[in-house]
Amino acid sequence: MMANALLSLKGINKSFGPIDVLHDINLDIRAGEVLCLLGDNGAGKSTVIRLLSGVHRPSSGVIEIDGQPVSFKSPRDASEAGIATVHQFGGTFPLMSIGRSFFVGVEPTKGIGLFKIFDRKRANAIAVQAVQSFGITRITDGDRLVGGLSGGERQALAIARAVHFGARVLILDEPTAALGVKQAAHVLRIVNEAKRRGLAVIFITHQVMHAMAVGDHFAVLIRGGIAADFRKGERTREEITDLMAGGETMAGLEAQIEAESA
Amino acid sequence: MKLFSSLGGLLRRPEAGAFLGLFAVLIFFTVFGGLTFLKPAGIASWMNVAANLGVIAIPVGLLMIAGELDISVGAMVPLGAMTVAVISGHYGLSIWLGIAVALSFGVIVGLINGYMVIRTAVPSLIVTLGSLFAVQGIVLGLTVLITKSTSVALATEGSAKTIFGDFFFGGQVQVMVIWWLAITAAYIFFVHFSRFGNWIFAMGGDKISARNAGIPTERMTILLFVLSSTSAAFVGMCQAILYNSAQVAGGQSFIFNSIISVVVGGVLLTGGFGSIVGIFFGTLTFAIVTQGIYYTDFDRNWSSLIIGILLLLAVLMNNTFRKMALSYAPKKAVK
Repeated sequence: MMANALLSLKGINKSFGPIDVLHDINLDIRAGEVLCLLGDNGAGKSTVIRLLSGVHRPSSGVIEIDGQPVSFKSPRDASEAGIATVHQFGGTFPLMSIGRSFFVGVEPTKGIGLFKIFDRKRANAIAVQAVQSFGITRITDGDRLVGGLSGGERQALAIARAVHFGARVLILDEPTAALGVKQAAHVLRIVNEAKRRGLAVIFITHQVMHAMAVGDHFAVLIRGGIAADFRKGERTREEITDLMAGGETMAGLEAQIEAESA
Repeated sequence: MKLFSSLGGLLRRPEAGAFLGLFAVLIFFTVFGGLTFLKPAGIASWMNVAANLGVIAIPVGLLMIAGELDISVGAMVPLGAMTVAVISGHYGLSIWLGIAVALSFGVIVGLINGYMVIRTAVPSLIVTLGSLFAVQGIVLGLTVLITKSTSVALATEGSAKTIFGDFFFGGQVQVMVIWWLAITAAYIFFVHFSRFGNWIFAMGGDKISARNAGIPTERMTILLFVLSSTSAAFVGMCQAILYNSAQVAGGQSFIFNSIISVVVGGVLLTGGFGSIVGIFFGTLTFAIVTQGIYYTDFDRNWSSLIIGILLLLAVLMNNTFRKMALSYAPKKAVK
């Protein structure tokens, strides 16, 4: 039997004023599993992320961690509960060094009292080691600026940071969207590594290929509701693409466009 | 080889441009102004200018690193000066009361600036532009109402004079120079060695990520605004004690001069990058240009031209150095 859900959404509704953005969302996310959240622009993926990362609160319904209902008043609450969100560009600080940005907000210090100083050597060593453990061995100098890293390396840094600080649920918001083929493959490998370490990963993407490469469990959002919820191997690539296009068949859309241009 | 690699390391630091700029203007004015420029009287003249500007430039620079701007310092200098002059000069009350009230006005205006910036989505340039004019109006209006004059005399004696507004080293160097050096040292520790500095850089890099990482960004923003307006009030107060009088006008020059010092010092206008040592060098460079011109045969009207060119060169140079810092990667893992 499958393990119990680490994170569950139960009957979540969200509206902004008169506009209903999400209705009746039910999802289970398990440790060591990748949930791919698919959907077209405006389908409500970002709102789901914001609910989970504590930016917004659901209008009704509950979020449960280990079966216990939780309520996040701020992003801080969510990260303390072990939910980490990594955004498209890594969400880090381009002009800060690797060591400094890794420890933003939780800087290691040495010394006592008023004269506590930032322990640069230790910060750099821990940051470099954490990134290398995800297979990015090219990063050896913690004093390098984050802005000088490639897109994939930045994602790796952000993920390594989340894992280091005890994240149990990793939300990756379009991590491969802005990357080339090689870099994207790199990030997918890092996703697999996070999964291997027993994290629950929520992977948001437009690219069905990337989703199928790492996903165990797929949920497709259409206009704020879950249109399909299935496990690996239950649907073909064409079926998923059609679902993402809002239920219309991609072939149908293509035919339409061809007819119009003819 | 070792020298070469450490030179490269220096060039990638935020203060690299300011350091080279300082070096260039020192040579320029020594060549054209002669060695009197480097004699004690010459050094005192630019150190005094640098000290008064530097005490304000550092917190203004910190705000810029954190992604904010404070131009209300231009009104806080006369406010600080006038407050101490009216309380301790016009009314003849204790000088310490005047100092305390002048500094508390700095704290209050800083709190208002900071609070308005975090509560409204209005850019801090506009917020502090508003407080600049508002405070100028208050200073002028209240001073004329109370003293029927725009200039108020203040006679200070004893320890307050020695601590805040006196000359030493043969009556040439202002006590402000010592304040400046001590305050700079404190800021270097605060920004580059304590963890709070990391927070300021993170705020300038990406405020939302910084907040999500658990940094109290709103409290830090207010603190930085309080620092800058209190520092400006402090400088105004010290000048009133030093010159035995306060004027309602003046202080406006601190707005642009502090921004120039900070930018020449390698701080990125959009935040997230810079250093205290850079701001220190930038202030010194600026002061040398404004004072050095008196030691040359050039008409002093040309000094603004030099400052303008210096600013543009510094920005271009700092952009280059920042790109170098970004693209830097060790060629091979040296073991």
